Amino acid sequence: MYNLGNYYEAKTVDEAISLLAENPNLKIIAGGTDVLVKMHGGKLEKAELLSIHGISSLRNIKVLEDGTISIGPLATFTQIANDSNIKKYIPILAEASESMGGPQIRNVATIGGNVCNGATSADSASSLFVLNAKLRLQSLKNERIVPIEEFYLGPGKVDLRPGEILTEIIIDKKDYSGFSGKYIKFAMRNAMDIATLGVAVLCKFENNVFDEVRIGLGVAAPTPIRCKEAETYAENQNINPATITEIGKLAVKSAKARTSWRASKEYREHLIKELTGRALKEAIVRGGGVEIA
Amino acid sequence: MDYRVVGKSFQRVDAVDKVTGKAKYTGDFFERDMLIGKVLRSPYAHARIKKIDVSKAKSLPGVEAVLTYENVPHNKFATAGHPYALDPKKRDVADRTILADKARYVGDEIAAVVAVDELTAEEALKLIDVEYEVLEPVLTPEDALKPGAPLVHEDRKDNVLSSFGYEIGNVEETFKDCDYVFEDEFETSIVQHCHMETHVAYAYVDGNGRIVVVTSTQIPHIVRRVVGQALGIPWGKVRVIKPYIGGGFGNKQDIVLEPLVAAMTLAVGGRPVKLEHSREESMVASRTRHSFKFKIKTGVTKEGKLVATHIRAISNTGAYASHGHSIASSAGTKFRPLYNFKAIKYDPVTVYTNLPVAGAMRGYGAPQIHYALECHIENIARKLNMDPIEFRKQNFAGVGFQDPISGVRTYTCGLKECVERGKELVNWTAKKAKYAKQTGDKRRGVGMACFSYLSGTHPVSIEIAGARIVLNQDGSIQLQIGATEIGQGSDTVFAQIAAETIGIRMDQVHVISTQDTDITPFDTGSYASRQTYVTGMAVKKAAEEVKAKILDFTWGMTDIPASALDIKDSNIIYKHNGEIVMPLEEVAMRTYYDVVHAKPITSDTSNNARVNAPSFGVTFAEVEVDIKTGKIDVIEIYNVHDAGTILNPQLAEGQVHGGVSMGLGYALSEQLLIDEKTGKVLNNNLLDYKLPTIMDTPEIGVDFVETNEPTSAYGVKSLGEPPVISVAPAIRNAVLDATGVAFNQIPMNPQRVFEKFKEAGLI
Repeated sequence: MYNLGNYYEAKTVDEAISLLAENPNLKIIAGGTDVLVKMHGGKLEKAELLSIHGISSLRNIKVLEDGTISIGPLATFTQIANDSNIKKYIPILAEASESMGGPQIRNVATIGGNVCNGATSADSASSLFVLNAKLRLQSLKNERIVPIEEFYLGPGKVDLRPGEILTEIIIDKKDYSGFSGKYIKFAMRNAMDIATLGVAVLCKFENNVFDEVRIGLGVAAPTPIRCKEAETYAENQNINPATITEIGKLAVKSAKARTSWRASKEYREHLIKELTGRALKEAIVRGGGVEIA
Repeated sequence: MDYRVVGKSFQRVDAVDKVTGKAKYTGDFFERDMLIGKVLRSPYAHARIKKIDVSKAKSLPGVEAVLTYENVPHNKFATAGHPYALDPKKRDVADRTILADKARYVGDEIAAVVAVDELTAEEALKLIDVEYEVLEPVLTPEDALKPGAPLVHEDRKDNVLSSFGYEIGNVEETFKDCDYVFEDEFETSIVQHCHMETHVAYAYVDGNGRIVVVTSTQIPHIVRRVVGQALGIPWGKVRVIKPYIGGGFGNKQDIVLEPLVAAMTLAVGGRPVKLEHSREESMVASRTRHSFKFKIKTGVTKEGKLVATHIRAISNTGAYASHGHSIASSAGTKFRPLYNFKAIKYDPVTVYTNLPVAGAMRGYGAPQIHYALECHIENIARKLNMDPIEFRKQNFAGVGFQDPISGVRTYTCGLKECVERGKELVNWTAKKAKYAKQTGDKRRGVGMACFSYLSGTHPVSIEIAGARIVLNQDGSIQLQIGATEIGQGSDTVFAQIAAETIGIRMDQVHVISTQDTDITPFDTGSYASRQTYVTGMAVKKAAEEVKAKILDFTWGMTDIPASALDIKDSNIIYKHNGEIVMPLEEVAMRTYYDVVHAKPITSDTSNNARVNAPSFGVTFAEVEVDIKTGKIDVIEIYNVHDAGTILNPQLAEGQVHGGVSMGLGYALSEQLLIDEKTGKVLNNNLLDYKLPTIMDTPEIGVDFVETNEPTSAYGVKSLGEPPVISVAPAIRNAVLDATGVAFNQIPMNPQRVFEKFKEAGLI
């Protein structure tokens, strides 16, 4: 039984932002897979909920004429995992979506909710980080576009200002075109689990030389992160085992892993090194490169 | 054996009810004006309650009652679901009261609220002011055993529940005759049953002043007794009803909610009150599996003959006795039919700690001790440079073994054949050769482990079971049994036994699945893998009586002697040529309506089984170990069982699937994690407690070597618990085979594997 304060439903974005403007305390609920769990756990008491679940305009996944991919925040993980454009242009996000929860969760959980919940373990986040995704945030008075990296402020904390809702996730063509990628969710179970580490890698290369490598990690720090040191190093490096080992090692430098009862810092850092390398190797193969043992 | 019903995969009698959602579980019943009970739980592992102020909670609108130790009966009772013992020395330890003035673990029951709905009840809990005197907790058995350690129960001056063990022969003397003596230490973790349906019960007072408790339990007749004891009222004043149940695994072979929910209804003038565990409560405040630490020392000859073993065990029972030392005792008993030791010394100690309460869980100590023993045996075989399978085989006790303590004899044992079958299934010889020299990041290996178990509890406890059969006018029967269907399929198998014995078709048996202590024949319940073995015999006896009465009645009708008649496919036939004399229905109609001889046919039979039968089996597993991440994947796994005759192959296979799945979690991922300082359970939910999902479960191979046990109905032996027992050691031995690293602690989760591989220089 949930201890609800009030409950509102919006059918359009305008309705939602008007309601939010009137009452900034409203807690937005979409699929409910995070909000209801928090309420069940007593972390959110007598919440006044604003359901945006019925805003059908926020569900679409589109490729615009200029190649920009526009994802409605209410797209469910099932929808994303099965979307032909996502699978064609940004398969790494389909891969991440498929790793999330179980089928029942994926059927209702939305990508927008996953992002706005602000968890470092969000399965979509590390992929969206390497895709340089941008978020369109709308309030009654204002609209702004924020790079996802700037949106995450701390554990469970995002730059969603009072009155704002997330209305679009934008991925530019230059951020996926020519890249190949791999997402590895390392968890204790193959389903229904939270990542011990999430590793998203995108790379672009020619003649066995890296043009660009992007590495996004989840659960390696209080928020999802990019591994800038490793990425900078990788530029123009030859693709070989030594380079990949070095990239893995440098990825650890960006991380702020800590020991918890879920895993030790030492183990987490070891995994970052190991799995970054593995993801990169797979991304290279997917991009038509050589297989590195 | 030419059986018509037994041995065939008949559909479960509850299949349609369950898959269509028609089956009603405790939580599906709604009484008018039902109130909701909720429990206030201790935030401290060890604390005395100095004062409880419930005035604010009581004045909250919608709150009907607040219960504390001050206003509930103080009768001490034991919660273990064991038959009552007339001998006081053999009774379970009575260390509980409905509510206490002391908290003994984080989550212990401090007070309770009855309110009009769940939210009001939860709100009221927050309004109860408790003043605690926080005491130092003991959070490990080692700490609990230290002289001067804080006492979990003041009347147990050393925190020891019991240290009763045994010695067969003289172990120290026998060690002197051994060529080698090997020693090992092992440790298992606290795990939880995770049945889908958490504990749930509701209670009300009927018009005659009797308390009716509807509850999800494995042991309705024991619940009746304990509610009576806890409230200090005659047992007949209590009626317990058990509807369909969504899993128990031993956790419902215990009294968890019933005395409190009964006290709740009494506190509100007999109005119905429902009490249900949330998953978070279930993980912490029901029961767990005892964690064990073992030190094993075993002497062998240079030919590889096991001679003597000395097993020391520390069992952590948590804050209350529950099944307590029975688990350690059972562990020390059930492995004995496996190997031929000249001398065995078993030194167990069961210790109280300020941790969640350990109780019965599938295998009842056997998974713990077989993990230790079968890892130890593997280590010994390796040290002796002997093939681990041959080493085991030459030491099997086998047919003819008689347990020196219990007197139980092994009349049937298909263990060697099980091992041979498993070896072929996993393709042992080829894989052993293939995986002999591996170096990569992913390494494979094969391992195996054996077990023995018993079929029921004789001679430790009384094994009494009841069955009642009524022959209907149309020749069908109602079958009532006291043993509870908890998902294991016992109702279906009982129907098969009744149908086979009487000679009627399976569709002519109507099983009454609900147990109601006012109506149901007496049976102590479902546990110890006793149902087909003990209750099955009660069903057979009842069916034999019904059959004899039918044939006698037919004799009266036809003048054909009963001895010349038989029943086949619901027809009365001539025994000598199978010719149909008349349909059973015709006889049945006469038993009801014959103006002179009418006397409906029934049987009400009890079986007191003073026998027991060891059952056996083996697990073979192949694993792939990711050296760099510490992840272990089970590629192939096979359980081969000697469970006597298999009455229903499909149900038997399902039972093995469930057990193996539980064993996989035990081996690789499951563990209730406890904060070392506070004693609080850290992972009280199914996200953080790593119960494997179907995606983590390989194809499970199942096979049976059938034997025909003479002491049971249709040759059965136990199969309920056995499938879980040998899984963890088989996987551990496979990991050893793959990596050369010997784990002596479960679960082998990635973090632990990583640490151990670092230590071994593999990373």
